[in-house]
Amino acid sequence: MAVCVAVIAKENYPLYIRSVPTQNELKFHYTVHTSLDVVEEKVSAVGKALADQRELYLGLLYPTEDYKVYGYVTNSKVKFVIVVDSSNTSLRDNEIRSMFRKLHNSFTDVMCNPFYNPGDAIQSRAFDSVVSGMMVQAC
Amino acid sequence: MESLTLSDVEQKYYSDLFVYCDTDNTKKVASSGKVVELFRAAQLPSEVLLQITELCGATRLGHFGRSQFYIALKLIAIAQSGLPLRVESLNSVKDLPLPRFVVGKNEQEAKHAAMYPDSENQGLYSGIFPRPPGRVQTKKASAHEVIQPGVSSADPQPDSTSPVVSPHHSPPTSPHAWRKHKRQPSGGNVDRQPAVATAVWPPSFREAQGPVSGDGMWAGHSSPPLQESWVSFTDTPPSSTLPQMHPSSVQESTTIRTVASAATTNEIQRQSSAYDDPWKITDEQRQYYINQFKTIQPDLTGFIPGSAAKEFFTKSKLPILELSHIWELSDFDKDGALTLDEFCAAFHLVVARKNGYDLPEKLPESLMPKLIDLDDSAEVPEPAPDVGFSSSPVEVTPNKSPSMPSLSQNWPELNQSNEQWETFSERSSSSQTLTQFDSNIAPADPDTAIVHPVPIRMTPSKIHMQEMELKRTGSDHTHPTSPLMAKPPELSEENKLPSSIKLLSNTVGDGYSSSDSFTSDQEPISSVVTRQRSHSGASPEGLKAVAPPPPPPRPHASHSRSSSLDMNRSFAAGPSAAQPQTGVVAFPPAVPPRPLPTQISCPLSTQGVGAHGHRSGEGDSLPPHCSTSPQQIPEQPNFADFSQFQAFTEQPSEDGEKGVDGAQVEKAVEAAGPLRAVKSDGQSDERSSAVVNSAKGSTPLAPPPKPVRRRLKSEDELRPEVDEHPQKSNVIATVIATQPSIPRSVGKDKKAIQASIRRNKETNTVLARLNSELQQQLKDLLEERISLEVQLEQLRPFSHL
Repeated sequence: MAVCVAVIAKENYPLYIRSVPTQNELKFHYTVHTSLDVVEEKVSAVGKALADQRELYLGLLYPTEDYKVYGYVTNSKVKFVIVVDSSNTSLRDNEIRSMFRKLHNSFTDVMCNPFYNPGDAIQSRAFDSVVSGMMVQAC
Repeated sequence: MESLTLSDVEQKYYSDLFVYCDTDNTKKVASSGKVVELFRAAQLPSEVLLQITELCGATRLGHFGRSQFYIALKLIAIAQSGLPLRVESLNSVKDLPLPRFVVGKNEQEAKHAAMYPDSENQGLYSGIFPRPPGRVQTKKASAHEVIQPGVSSADPQPDSTSPVVSPHHSPPTSPHAWRKHKRQPSGGNVDRQPAVATAVWPPSFREAQGPVSGDGMWAGHSSPPLQESWVSFTDTPPSSTLPQMHPSSVQESTTIRTVASAATTNEIQRQSSAYDDPWKITDEQRQYYINQFKTIQPDLTGFIPGSAAKEFFTKSKLPILELSHIWELSDFDKDGALTLDEFCAAFHLVVARKNGYDLPEKLPESLMPKLIDLDDSAEVPEPAPDVGFSSSPVEVTPNKSPSMPSLSQNWPELNQSNEQWETFSERSSSSQTLTQFDSNIAPADPDTAIVHPVPIRMTPSKIHMQEMELKRTGSDHTHPTSPLMAKPPELSEENKLPSSIKLLSNTVGDGYSSSDSFTSDQEPISSVVTRQRSHSGASPEGLKAVAPPPPPPRPHASHSRSSSLDMNRSFAAGPSAAQPQTGVVAFPPAVPPRPLPTQISCPLSTQGVGAHGHRSGEGDSLPPHCSTSPQQIPEQPNFADFSQFQAFTEQPSEDGEKGVDGAQVEKAVEAAGPLRAVKSDGQSDERSSAVVNSAKGSTPLAPPPKPVRRRLKSEDELRPEVDEHPQKSNVIATVIATQPSIPRSVGKDKKAIQASIRRNKETNTVLARLNSELQQQLKDLLEERISLEVQLEQLRPFSHL
């Protein structure tokens, strides 16, 4: 289960960021912000090799003591970042991938909404519910 | 001022008018200009108006306060009804119709206004404000329409023209009506009606869309009668004296609905009906929605694009956030476009929201989009009134994207595709039922139709596959990956040498099997997976599912060794006969390990030489290659056992090498068995085939050792990794241990030759398998290497820190 979920726009500003409220949310904001550098690096590294194909799932961006950060980039350069607790060792790679897949699907639904202007903050309740479903349930 | 008692209807009506006149938004004073206009629209003689003004006290005050305004309105109504203006009459006159105001510019309107019976028309209010000529025309029409119902089917004829005009106004005006409703979130129907009617106008005037607001007025105009009538249709009978709307008038009302007021009427109606089921759409509402839909999208089976829908619903003046939520709820298929059902649901939600209902978190069932067929049937009954409308959209919707008609062409296709999807599911389900009854047929149907490209290529002979399949039920077919998943257990199950050997032989011999036989191949494939890797066309993913399973049966590994020749000897006629095809090696495998250590001593350099030797001279004693065995031993303890067998092995050193390397390879192979299964694809196939080919092509004497040796060489690199798999070594050891003393088939020359031939064949198959396994192993290693490299790259940035 994720501790923090963030959606970053192409211009690297957050469209949606939500963390488990029990912890210092600012810390997660910093974490997500720093992870953007790693994402950029991965994207640029792979881009040279295969400009056409690039796996959307970036995998583990970097681990820290308490948690791990996973990244996912869409073809429109919208980034999803998930921060999970390191103590949760049962989380497998496939589970992280499925989480990103769900995020991507909900994000697509948000985009399809004509009332949503790309670049706005995501306020969709459906999206919130999807994110809540994958966040740590402690809160 | 005299106390003024107004009926609820009048109260609402007057308040709306006041708001309309309150252009300064003071909420206290009606601007004189507007009031004057309004009064003029009442079409009363100016003297009467003056008198009214005096009576209401505005003259004294110099401005029209609310009370003055109300009094003035009432006096106007009195005057219009022909009663003398008396202050006392303010409260004495009962059942006074609402004052009528006609747009001064429209003679037609005036006529129509005159036509309206007082009892029926309550406050048909024509727009006083100046409107663009074009709009005026339309408004006239709408006004006519509005009036029509008030007339209660008195003038059906004008409807034909008015409908044409109204539709295009309805969308813009309806939002105004909605807005009106929003102002009065609660309340009974009766209260709402006039309020809605009147309220429509003021807000409409305030709308940025000036001309549109005129429609709003018209909407409000018609709304009172409509509302009341509508209410009468619904649960709560209105207090108004309007005549009930006839069913025929329903259509009229539908036309009117196209006018903004209709929206208000509907809203009221919805509200009344909402008490029973908050989310249920009544027929009238649905009619209205459908009409609205047509204004945007003439094709009822088509879609409304998101942009058009956005514009439409934005007019309702709901917050964007709420509209966004409504969209999320109503766009059922998440395609960014609204079908008729979705549109009705969205419209209904907007109306409800305007009426004060909170948006649900989930789409109510009554609003769930139904099959398109139902909608078509519902819309059939309304061809006539809609005919007029159909033409209007063309001219009406200038603000709509002109591309919509073109888009609509695509949407019917999508709709059809949706229907197709619906039927498709049925088809699939029916096919699945077949599986229960006929396992043979089942695999073909669901798998070929629905199953994703699961590997199937398992080469094992179809015959065997089918046999295996017959044993099983159709359950294997259900899940495309199940066969692969089933493989591991099967692999673990089939540790029997004979069975595995047979399967192996079959698989080795066969090429890729068709997808149809995939399901049938499941069982045998699973058992043969480890051996078959080269042949199995299973996708890497499918094979990966097999990865975890335990290494293939021991004998497998054992016979993949070049020691098959020894095995041939040991099992001689039995196994070889039983296994006509290649790869029988099950039994032989035990033998090969023996010579390996000895052969290892003869390093790969002596490849081609000795290999054949064993064939020719089965009784050849192992050359002094035992020296190599000790080298092998640390890597593979099993080889220590082999040294014991060396005495038995008659194969030349080369065989021994093969055996050793094969053993090592087998170890790695076994361990990587599952992995190979995952990764084995065409590569292994090619190699195995190459091996087989090489084996087959070479003379019975030479071939087996040669290919083996080459493989062995390449596999030397893999040996270190092989060490990681102690399992193989154990397996080999067990195999070797199980090997009884190898009988020598001295016999006659012919028999010896035949036996040797058989052994060679077996060896070939074993080697082929070995090759495939080694190939897979190589793949695995390469992948590991790649993953390690990736990890290295990941860690690289941090290395700088």
